[in-house]
Amino acid sequence: MKALFAMMIAALLWMQLALAIDTAPAFADPAQQARYDRVIRELRCLQCRSETIADSNAPLAADLRRQVREMMAAGKSDQEIFQHMVDRYGDYVLYKPPLVARTLLLWGAPILLLLGGGAIAAFVIARKSHLPDTDPADPGLGAS
Amino acid sequence: MLRFIIPIGLFVALAVFLLIGLRRDKETLPSPLIGKPVPQFELPRVDDPSQKFSNRELAGKPYVVNIWGSWCVACREEHAALMQIAQRGEMPLVGLNWKDELPLAQRWLQALGNPYVVSAFDPEGNVGIDFGAYGAPETFLVDAHGIIVYKFVSPMTVEVWEREFLPRVKQGGVQGE
Repeated sequence: MKALFAMMIAALLWMQLALAIDTAPAFADPAQQARYDRVIRELRCLQCRSETIADSNAPLAADLRRQVREMMAAGKSDQEIFQHMVDRYGDYVLYKPPLVARTLLLWGAPILLLLGGGAIAAFVIARKSHLPDTDPADPGLGAS
Repeated sequence: MLRFIIPIGLFVALAVFLLIGLRRDKETLPSPLIGKPVPQFELPRVDDPSQKFSNRELAGKPYVVNIWGSWCVACREEHAALMQIAQRGEMPLVGLNWKDELPLAQRWLQALGNPYVVSAFDPEGNVGIDFGAYGAPETFLVDAHGIIVYKFVSPMTVEVWEREFLPRVKQGGVQGE
C-alpha cells in the first residue's frame, strides 16, 4: 500500500515536470525561478487566448517568455514587465484584469449576483413561510 | 400574469445578450498602439541582410507596415491584393518579415512578386511584439506624423484599402505631399 502511494506521488511529480514548457529552468537562483514562474502565469498567450504563456506551446508564447527572462535578467520589476506587455497588447494580456472603471462590472458581478440571488431567495422563503400548509400527509414543522 | 412576464422577460434579456455575444468579433483584439507613435526599428533587409533598414527613413510620409511570413497561409491569401495596392503607388508598403527564415522569405518574394519597398527581417520576433502582433497578417497604417492610425488584422483586400486605409490619410491632409 505504501509503495503504491509512493508510486502515485512520483507519477504526480513527474506530470508536474512534463507540464513545464521550457525543459531547463530559466534561472539558477530558485527565488528568481519562482518569480519567473509566477510572472509567466499571469500573462496571456495572444495566439491561444485561453492559455497563459507558461502553458502554451505557441511560438509567440515562447517569444514572450524569452522577453520576460531578458527583462528579469536586466533587473526590471514585475510592474515594468507587465507594463511592457500591456503597452503592446493591452489589458487583455493580463490574466488578472486590472480593477478600473471599465472592469467594475466584471469585478462587481459576483457580489451583485450574490446580493440578487440572496434577495430572490429571501423573498421566496418569506412568501412561502406565510402560506398555509396544504399537504395533509405532512404535518410539517410546528404541528405536533 | 406577473409569473409569466418575469421568466419571459429574463429569457428575452438573456437571448439578447447571447445574440450580441455571438455577433461580436472576439478574434480581433483592440490594439493599444492606435494613436501612439509607431515603434522604431532597425533590422536587416530581406533582399540584402548585410544592409539595415530603419523605419526612421520613412518619417514624414504616410506608409504601411505589413507583417508577413512565408509560414503564414493567410499571407499567401492576401498577397495578390498587396500587389495590386502596391501598383497603385499611393503609399509605400513596408514588409515586416516576422519569425521567418531568410531563404524561404526570399523565395516567397521571387515566386509571388514583391509588393514591398523593403522587407525587414525579424527572425526573433521582437519587433513584431513591439507592434503588438499576435498573428500574421497584420497591417498598420502610419501617418505623416509617425502615428499609427489604423490596424487591420486579416488578409488585406483592395476594398479594405479603399474603405479603411485611404480615407484615414486623406483626413490628415497629407495626401499629395
